[in-house]
Amino acid sequence: MKQPRPMEDEARARDILLQRAVLAAVLCFLLLGVVVARVAWLQVTAHERFASLAEQNRTRIEPIPPARGRIYDRNGVVLADNAPSFQVELVPEQVSDMEATLQRLGVLLALDDGEIARFRKTLKASKSFDSIPLKLNLGEEEIARLAIERPRLPGVEVQARLTRVYPHGSRVAHAVGYVGRISEKEMQSIDAEAYRGTSHIGKTGLEKFYEDRLHGKVGYRKMEVDAHGRTLRVLEESPATPGDDLHLSLDVRLQDVAEAALGDFLGSVVAIDPRNGEVLAFVSKPGFDPNLFVNGIRTGDYKALMENPDRPLFNRALTAAYPPGSTVKPVMGLAGLEYGFITPEYRMFAGPYYQLPNDEHRYRDWKKSGHGWVDLDHAIAQSCDVFFYDLAHRMGIDRMHEFYTRFGLGRPTGIDLPGEVAGLAPSRAWKRKARNQPWYPGETLIAGIGQGFMLATPLQLAQMAATLAQRGRPVRPHLSMDAPPEPLEPIELRKATHWDAVLAGMDHVINSDYGTAKVIRGAPYRIAGKSGTAQVFTLKQTETYNEKRLNRKLHDHAVFIGFAPLEQPRIAVAAFVENGQHGSGTAGPIVRRVMDGWLLGDYALKAAATDEQGDND
Amino acid sequence: MSVLREGWNRAIAPYREEDGALFRWLRLDPWLLFALLLLLGVSVVAVYSASHQSLAQLTNLGIRIGLGLTLMTVMARIPPRIYQYWSPWLFGIGLVLLLAVELFGHVGKGAQRWLDLGFIRFQPSEMMKLAVPMMAAWYLAQRPLPPRPVDVIVTLALVLAPMALIMLQPDLGTALLVGAAGVFVLLLAGLSWRYIAGGALALGGIIPVMWNVVLHDYQKQRVLTLLDPEADPLGTGYHIIQSKIAIGSGGVFGKGWLNSTQSGLDFLPEGHTDFIFAVFSEEFGLVGVVLLLVLYLFIILRGLVISVRAPTVYGRLLAGSLSLSFFVYVFVNTGMVTGLLPVVGVPLPLVSYGGTAMVTLMAGFGMLMSIHSHRPFMAAR
Repeated sequence: MKQPRPMEDEARARDILLQRAVLAAVLCFLLLGVVVARVAWLQVTAHERFASLAEQNRTRIEPIPPARGRIYDRNGVVLADNAPSFQVELVPEQVSDMEATLQRLGVLLALDDGEIARFRKTLKASKSFDSIPLKLNLGEEEIARLAIERPRLPGVEVQARLTRVYPHGSRVAHAVGYVGRISEKEMQSIDAEAYRGTSHIGKTGLEKFYEDRLHGKVGYRKMEVDAHGRTLRVLEESPATPGDDLHLSLDVRLQDVAEAALGDFLGSVVAIDPRNGEVLAFVSKPGFDPNLFVNGIRTGDYKALMENPDRPLFNRALTAAYPPGSTVKPVMGLAGLEYGFITPEYRMFAGPYYQLPNDEHRYRDWKKSGHGWVDLDHAIAQSCDVFFYDLAHRMGIDRMHEFYTRFGLGRPTGIDLPGEVAGLAPSRAWKRKARNQPWYPGETLIAGIGQGFMLATPLQLAQMAATLAQRGRPVRPHLSMDAPPEPLEPIELRKATHWDAVLAGMDHVINSDYGTAKVIRGAPYRIAGKSGTAQVFTLKQTETYNEKRLNRKLHDHAVFIGFAPLEQPRIAVAAFVENGQHGSGTAGPIVRRVMDGWLLGDYALKAAATDEQGDND
Repeated sequence: MSVLREGWNRAIAPYREEDGALFRWLRLDPWLLFALLLLLGVSVVAVYSASHQSLAQLTNLGIRIGLGLTLMTVMARIPPRIYQYWSPWLFGIGLVLLLAVELFGHVGKGAQRWLDLGFIRFQPSEMMKLAVPMMAAWYLAQRPLPPRPVDVIVTLALVLAPMALIMLQPDLGTALLVGAAGVFVLLLAGLSWRYIAGGALALGGIIPVMWNVVLHDYQKQRVLTLLDPEADPLGTGYHIIQSKIAIGSGGVFGKGWLNSTQSGLDFLPEGHTDFIFAVFSEEFGLVGVVLLLVLYLFIILRGLVISVRAPTVYGRLLAGSLSLSFFVYVFVNTGMVTGLLPVVGVPLPLVSYGGTAMVTLMAGFGMLMSIHSHRPFMAAR
C-alpha cells in the first residue's frame, strides 16, 4: 500500500491544511465571541434581574411578630395578658416525610382529626420554608415526649411563642372579647405583610375594635441561608414594635359587684360615669371563658356554649335590644314640657285604662285601680301609664321619635366595641319604610310607655340615664381611656326648669312615699331613677298577668335606670334583668348595689336583696 | 507591517536557540507551557473557591496537576513517529476495552463507563479521545490527500465505531468529543467541501432519528430543559437556572474571589466540576471571563500553529485535531453553563475538578509538544 507521495501532492495538502486551520481559527474566535456575548448579556444587560435572584436565593426574611398590647382595667389589673407557651411547628421543606411525621405526631400529641385537617389547610397556603404551627399550648409532658423523638422528626420544632391569656376569664369577656387564629376570610381583608408571623387576631370585643393599636408592628430578621434552608447568620434585624397597651375605664371589682348583684338572674348591668362617658361596669350575664377560643375552641366546648339555653355568647349589654318599658317616661315628660303639651303643674285624672276615641281597645294601666289625679311628678314617680298614653296621643309619634333620638335611642351609642345594635325609636317614616304600613294611633300610646316597637340596649339606657343626670349634656360611652371619644351635641331645652321637674320626678321614684322604687331608699347619697317593665308576653285583653301561672321564660323583664348622687352625679347605671318581673323590686336593688360599690367602695359580693313584693313597675 | 510579520514569523518558527537549554532538553514549547500553567493556576483558584475551600480537594487537584505535568513532559520527549507507529495498536486495544466495558463495565452515576482492572478503575472512552484522532491521522497519512471517497468512508467507520460504543454507555459528552476529534482529522486532511456540505445535511437528517432512537430520556430532557429551563425549575431546569443566576449576578467585575453565594451556599450543584465556569463568572465577572477565554483562544491558536508547522502529515493532522477538540471542550462547556447548549457532561478543560479528563488533556498537550519539538533535523542531532 505504501507509496511515495509526489512532492506537489504534499505541498497541496499542506496548503489545504493551512487554509483549513486559518478557517478553524476564525471559527473558534467567532464562537468564543458568541460565548462572550452571551456572558455579557447575562452579566450586563440582565445583571439586575439575576443579582436580585441571587439575593433572593441567599437570604430569607423572617418576620418577628410583635407582642400584642396588654389590656388593663382602671386600677391596673391585667385583663388580657401575653404568656409564653410552647407550640409544635413544622417547616415543610425540612420534613422528609410529611405523612409519616403527621402520623407520629398524631400519636405523640393525641391530635384529633380537626387539628390535622386545619394544619393541612394552612400547609397548602404556606411557603415551604414557613414554620406552620400544628399544636399550641403544649403541656410539659408533651414537650418531653417530643424532645425524645426529635432526632427522628426533622423539621419539627418546639417554639416558644406568646399566647393570649385572659386572667379574669368570663368576668370581662363581653367587653374585652378574645383573639383567635386568623381565618381565611380575615386573611383576605388584612394587610398580609403586617400580619406576617402573627397567628392571632382580635375576634370580638375590644380585642377586635382596637386590633390596630393592640397588634403592633411586625419586625424583620434578614438571614443568610444555604440551599438546604439552614440559617447561616443574621444579616440585619429590625425589631418588632409591640402593640400599645389599652387602659380601660372598667373596674373589675365593680364588674364583680354587678354580676353578683344579679344573683340567679340573667341580664345586663352597665354603669358609666355621666361626666365623661367612662364605662365603669359592663356586665352581660352569663359570661363565658374567652381563653377557650384563643387557640381554637374544641368542638365539644363550642357545642356546649351554643346549646346552652342561657346563651352565654350573647352580649346582652351591647346587642340585646329589649323594650325599655317605663324607663323612657322621663324623656316623654321632657318632650311634653318642651313642646308645651304639659306644664310641671298640669294635672289629669288617670283611670284604670285609656281609650282612644272610636276604639273599644282598653289601654290598661299597670295599676288596676288607676292613679286618680296625677301631675308629672306623680306620673313619673308612680309610673302612671294613662298619663303618658294621653300625652303620647296628644304629642304624636314623630315628636316622640325626635326626642327619643336626641337621648340616643334608636341609634348606636358609638361605644368602642364592634357589633353594637341600634335599637329602635319608631316613627311614621320608619314604619312606612321598614314595614310598608301606615302608623296606627294605638302604636303611639304604647311607644309612650316604652313598649310596642320600641327597643333599646342596656348600654343605650345607661347612656340615657347619664344624659338625664347631666341635664342634657350627653356623653359617648367608651371603655378605653387612651382614646377620648368624640363629643356629642348637647340637648338644649327652652327652660332649665323642665329638667328640674323631670329630675324631681326621678328623685321621687326612690325618695318619696309614693315612688315605685322606694325600697332602695336609705343610701347615704341621693339616687334618682326610673323603673320599668318590659313585656315578654302580650296578654289578651281579657287575661290578667299571673306570674305564678307563666313559665319563667315568659315572665316580664325588669329594668331600672338611675344615677347618683343626684346633686353631682358620678355614676349612671342601667340594669336589665331578664324575667325579673319587677323593675323596681328586682332591678332597682341591683342598681343600688352597683352604686354602693362605686360611691361607697363597698365591693362585697352579694346578690341584691330583691323585693318580690315590689310594685309591678 | 514588518513588525507584525516579524512577530508572526517568530510565533510560528520552530525551535530556536534562544528558547533556552532546559526547554530544548525537555522538548517543551514555552508559549504553550506558560499558557497551560496559567490555566492550571486558574483551576487552583477556582476549585478552591467552588469546593467550599476544601483543602482535601485542593490537595487532590495538586496531585493531579503534578501527574498531568509529569505525563505531559514524558510524552513530549517521545518522538511523534513512536505515536504514529503505536496508533493502530492503541486504537485496537481501546476498541476491545470499550466492548469489555459494554459487557462487564462498572456502573457509575447511572452509566457504564468504568472498567475495573482490579488495581485501577479505568475509563476506556477517555483513552479514545486520543486514540481515535491518532488512528484517523495514521490512516490518512498513508493515503493520497485530499482523501478519496473510499478513504473518507473508512475513516468515518473508524470514528463512528468507538463513538457508537461510547454512546451506548451512555456518555453523550465523551462520544461527542471523540467523534469531533475524528472528524477534525478528516476536515484538516482536506475533505472536499461537497462532502462537508453533504455531511452537514445528513447530520440534519439524522437529528430526528437520534431524538427518537438513540437519545435516552434524560438526554432528551436536557435538551428540552435548555429550550425552557423555567418549565421545571426544581427538577431538570434547576442546574441551568442556578447557573445563569450565578453568572448574571456576577456583573462586570464579579463578586470577588471566594464570594460566590450561588456555589458557596450550595444553590449551584457541581460548582467545582462541570459548572465551575459559572462560579468563575460569578466571582470574576465579565472581565475575568474575557481574560479566561482569551487564554483558551491563545492555547488553541498555538496548537493550530504547531499543526501548521509540523513536518509530517501525521503530526499536522493529529496536532490540529487535538487543538480543535480542546476548543470543542471549551465551547460545549461554556455554552452549556451559559444556557446556549444542552447540558452534556463536558468539563471546562484543565479548570474543572476531575481526574481523568485532566490526565487525557495533559497527555494530548504532551503529544502536541512532541510534534512541535521533534523535527527531522533535530531528531537527527
